[in-house]
Amino acid sequence: MALSAPVGAEKVSGAEHSITIHLRPVAAASYIALGALLLRDLHVLWKDKWIFVFRTIIQPFLLCFVFLYVFPEIGQGVGGRGAVAESAFATVLVPGVVGISIMFQGMQSIALNMAQEFGFTREIEDRVQAPCPIWLVAIAKVISGAAQGVISAAIVLPIADVVHAGGVHAHLDLQWPIICTLVPLACIATASLGLVLGTSFEPRNIGLMFGFIILPITFLGGTYYSWTTLAPVKVDGFSWLQALVCVNPLIYVNEGMRAAFTSFPHMHLYVIYPVLMGFAACLLSLGLRNFRRRVLS
Amino acid sequence: MPVVSVATRRHGFTEGSSAGGIIHTEELTKVYPRADFAAVDHLNLDVEAGEIFGLLGPNGAGKTTTAGILTTRVVPTSGRAFVGGVDVVAHPALAKQLSGIVSQQNTLDRQLTVWENLYFHGRLFGMGSSTSRRVATELLEQFQLEKWAKASVYALSGGMAQRLMVARAIFHRPAVLFLDEPTAGLDPQSRLTLWEILRKLNEEGQTILLTTHYMEEADKLCDRVAIMDHGRILALDSPEALKRGIGTDTVVSVRSTGDLSALGELLAREIQGVARTRVTEGVLQVEVTGEHRLVPEIVLAAERHGFDIVDLSIAEPTLETVFIRLTGRELRD
Repeated sequence: MALSAPVGAEKVSGAEHSITIHLRPVAAASYIALGALLLRDLHVLWKDKWIFVFRTIIQPFLLCFVFLYVFPEIGQGVGGRGAVAESAFATVLVPGVVGISIMFQGMQSIALNMAQEFGFTREIEDRVQAPCPIWLVAIAKVISGAAQGVISAAIVLPIADVVHAGGVHAHLDLQWPIICTLVPLACIATASLGLVLGTSFEPRNIGLMFGFIILPITFLGGTYYSWTTLAPVKVDGFSWLQALVCVNPLIYVNEGMRAAFTSFPHMHLYVIYPVLMGFAACLLSLGLRNFRRRVLS
Repeated sequence: MPVVSVATRRHGFTEGSSAGGIIHTEELTKVYPRADFAAVDHLNLDVEAGEIFGLLGPNGAGKTTTAGILTTRVVPTSGRAFVGGVDVVAHPALAKQLSGIVSQQNTLDRQLTVWENLYFHGRLFGMGSSTSRRVATELLEQFQLEKWAKASVYALSGGMAQRLMVARAIFHRPAVLFLDEPTAGLDPQSRLTLWEILRKLNEEGQTILLTTHYMEEADKLCDRVAIMDHGRILALDSPEALKRGIGTDTVVSVRSTGDLSALGELLAREIQGVARTRVTEGVLQVEVTGEHRLVPEIVLAAERHGFDIVDLSIAEPTLETVFIRLTGRELRD
């Protein structure tokens, strides 16, 4: 077996063995390994591209189909009777649908996969043997998860915009500078959330993860309503729901999508950006810490 | 023992050189959290380049933990460990370039085909696209898996998956190939095939460290064996020397009617050269030193005292005999 590899061990026979091992500096080896980890994920994504597309559009399609087509058709339009009110709701819902798709992408591509790889397939044990620091293996997952989030946002927006009843129409007003910055930021934050969940839950507890974490995040994440309109939900004059949902990262993602895709009133951008960055940083460092703990003993 | 010098080069200059072997540990110790004993206890180990080295011991002896530390998966509590002169605790990312690992479980990438599992491993370790393609294909041929190149790894049998993992582990020509219980759970045929592969790799110069609790595997495959128990090395030598060292030439297994331990005491008294007797699973094992007419003597002595011998067999001592002599327990315990 004659392989010409940059890393190699050579044995000289004789009474004295002499071995020369060529090593790449860690930075160079890590850079190459990161590229290969991403290449692998891209390859798998391309192999399963139709599954990816179907998985990405099914939920947004159903949401838009039920809320923006079926409900108006049967006279149960959300947001009030008539095309104007229904269109106003569509304007709220469409960015929310994009936001929720980004979040589910983070769950799907990172949390579920990672829970499996840590659990019964043990694939992670090989992945962390990549010639780079362990944290970089997790970072590679977050990068590819976030990239998949960006792709799904690009697929979902047109779908959400075309599936609706006659007369019901979301008023989109694309703010490209916001789109180009906020969509990637939102994707990194939700991918980091995926990393935290994927490293925290055993595969057998995935059901719990959906029930206790993902469902509340989804329903209290401002997908179907705007955060700014929650103020009337009050107890003793205190808008408790509006305050409570502030712990939910999806609120900021969805409000950010509203700012990016519509001119509908939304939470201030100078709140959205720093809070999302804060969530991304906290979730990422928590996720990396969990990852390290799961991998090393 | 040949003199070994290991020089690890980085950026073209000598980075570190160690007088010890290609694997070298100093007082290596691991105490897991919430455990009141050391899984690895002040271990000093030197593995020479070019040898197949076996860590033999029962479950919980510390073999897997030792291999885990050397492959950077387990962080030691104290002590130092080097692979190819690289400190695995201080520079784990660097040390990983030097190791190829076959773990107990199947860790193949389920979303990739058999060929892709190799190809992407090559890319991970810095080989270019065309080199990775070529080597992946060559290795599949070498390991007789070319028919499965495009198959999902789910289609592989346990033995084939294990072979693919070995192929993947040596893809980047590691300084040391680590195998953790490589044949646990394999059928006998696959086990023989894997041994053959490992011997061949070793002939080509591959240093191999394996952990096992099969004494036969350690005996047949390894140049040197460290017998471990409770995190310590009890004995370390070639299998032949270990077996010679216990001073037993023959192990006689006797099945008989009556009280076997009484028969043991009787034979120890009446037969010359009996070093030790013990009863295990309804069989009396008699360890004997020296060559003489053992069989008739044992049969006669037993029958004189009313024991009916049902079965009697003679064998050379094995590493299991050595382990029992060292610990008083069996490997399977």
